[in-house]
Amino acid sequence: MTSLASNRSAAGPADAPFVRIEGVTKRFGDFVAVNNISLDIHRSELFCLLGGSGSGKSTLLRMLAGFEHPTEGRILIDGQDMTGVPPYERPVNMMFQSYALFPHMTVADNVGYGLRRAGVARREVKRRVAEMLNLVKMGDFAHRKPDQLSGGQRQRVALARSLVRQPKLLLLDEPLGALDKKLREETQFELMKIQTQLGTTFIVVTHDQDEAMTLASRMGVMNEGQLVQVGEPRNLYEFPSSRFVAQFIGAVNMFEGVLVDDEPDHVRIRSEEAGCTFFVNHGISSAPGQTVHVAVRPEKIRLSREIPPGADNVVKGVVDEIAYLGNLSVFQVRLGTGKLIRVTLPNLDRHEGTTFEPSDTVHCSWGPSSGVVLAS
Amino acid sequence: MTANAHLEQPARAAPGTPRNGSPQQFGRQAVTAVPMLWLLVFFALPFVFVMKISLAEADIAVPPYTALLTWVDNKILSIHIDLSKYLFLFEDSLYLAAYLGSLKIAAVSTIFCLFIAFPIALFIARQKPETRIFWLALVMLPFWTSMLLRVYAWIGILQSNGIINSVLLELGLIHEPLALLQTDFAVYLGIIYSYLPFMVLPLYATLEKLDETLIEASADLGARPTTSFLTVTLPLALPGVVAGCVMVFVPAVGEFVIPALMGGPDTLMIGRVLWDEFFSNRDWPMASAVAIVMLIVLVVPVMLLRSRGRHSLGHG
Repeated sequence: MTSLASNRSAAGPADAPFVRIEGVTKRFGDFVAVNNISLDIHRSELFCLLGGSGSGKSTLLRMLAGFEHPTEGRILIDGQDMTGVPPYERPVNMMFQSYALFPHMTVADNVGYGLRRAGVARREVKRRVAEMLNLVKMGDFAHRKPDQLSGGQRQRVALARSLVRQPKLLLLDEPLGALDKKLREETQFELMKIQTQLGTTFIVVTHDQDEAMTLASRMGVMNEGQLVQVGEPRNLYEFPSSRFVAQFIGAVNMFEGVLVDDEPDHVRIRSEEAGCTFFVNHGISSAPGQTVHVAVRPEKIRLSREIPPGADNVVKGVVDEIAYLGNLSVFQVRLGTGKLIRVTLPNLDRHEGTTFEPSDTVHCSWGPSSGVVLAS
Repeated sequence: MTANAHLEQPARAAPGTPRNGSPQQFGRQAVTAVPMLWLLVFFALPFVFVMKISLAEADIAVPPYTALLTWVDNKILSIHIDLSKYLFLFEDSLYLAAYLGSLKIAAVSTIFCLFIAFPIALFIARQKPETRIFWLALVMLPFWTSMLLRVYAWIGILQSNGIINSVLLELGLIHEPLALLQTDFAVYLGIIYSYLPFMVLPLYATLEKLDETLIEASADLGARPTTSFLTVTLPLALPGVVAGCVMVFVPAVGEFVIPALMGGPDTLMIGRVLWDEFFSNRDWPMASAVAIVMLIVLVVPVMLLRSRGRHSLGHG
């Protein structure tokens, strides 16, 4: 918690927000792409907008860049109202999903394009282009054409081109989408390094939750044009506010139940689906009798042959299937009620076979602070 | 897999077997033979005939020129080559004036076509795919009527008792009909009108493939719409510009119908000179020499344009 707190003060909630999105709605005909979103983003933040396709995240990004105009609401960048300001006059640059490198120009000309438009002197353009290409480790490729580069190299050039004007705000549309898995992981860390080095505010749009979790200092989850939840990655993962967020970010076991006891410091939930009563040590201030959901992450569940003494939440089941992933194993456990749950255990020791075998009877247990009660 | 098999086939052929004896080789040759034959019959052979006639002398006979090859006493083959027609082309300033006139009219018309066609092509390319067809149909619709009919329609519009003059007279803006027809203006109008689709279509073809996000990227990097057009759209449309210019310029140089019907007596174009040599003077060798030189005048700049077009394409 201390590290989180220091992070938060670095982001500076006391400052005026750097980007302020005020009640922005975008309609295309009858279709509402972005539905009444308000969001503040602080200086030097790396903010991720996470959502599935058609969630409106790209439309929101395009409105920040100035390619689309809000039907309602307004956007302020660094205190300046962006309504009616064309893309070429905004203190914003964008890295396109397709990279959108100019095919008829060399790498150096691509990167220098924005500087030449700003009327920077020829020698200065050359110097800053070289500097930027070195930053993204593309200095040796300055005279190549984009079609002579690999996907990863193009991505670097696109990044250099969007950063060279030293924008106050950099928008990245699925920046790593076109890269293969290994390259993507490498590039994620490089992107973060560059962001810290330059102190530019980044807004990244992605559909990849791992990417968002790795990159973001703060992230927002979007669904059907609405911003469902905003917070630090850890917050969103551990304290999702809705079933959608819990299921969208990471794997989760979801149990439906009825609230039987609601105290300020704990709740009890009777779940027919699980065949037991759950104990969760946080209150949700709802009336007893209400239908709620309990979300438990697979890695927070322990497996044992005997009922563990003093456990608050225990369900009995039979191991259905085991997937060995190297660093961890995923168990599918079928409960007496027929419901399948997912449990992941780290493979701490090296040994032949597993501790549990298919069709073993096991007890799944978790602590009172492991589950989250979700009313919506 | 099939590509691999295809590539390995010739290598695997036993030594001594002629490589072009394989069925694939034969198939490939058979396919290319059709256009080759077409070019031979309809381009190379006629070219040789015209060349041959241009080197002969005019004669009052059928056909109206002397033979190049004659047998003297059935033993000796004698060849008569007469280059006087080519020399005459340079002696009489009429020919030079006609060539230059044609090149000027074609060049000016091509530039006008380019400036008119570019916005049209850009407009069509930016439409939704469903509505593009409608606009393209409008561009191509005139092709459904004969070109001659369309030229006559223009005559009807431009002549002294035509639509334009009648309306202007009726409105009292002019007191006597304007001389619109039989002028260079009418020739330009006719050529630009007739060849505009040949410029629109290749331009449309390249602009339609242009990635819209490149325009957005340039705007994002601070380019105003005009700069964006000059630095991104235009360079990327260059292959279409070259193709369109060739398709308008080349036929416009040799155009006969439009200057003959719409041009004045002082509209000097090589197509008319050619016609006069053939049909008025019945000097086939002279007409052939005019045609051969015109071909050379056209082929050289087109080859230059093409090589430049390929150059710019090859380097993106």
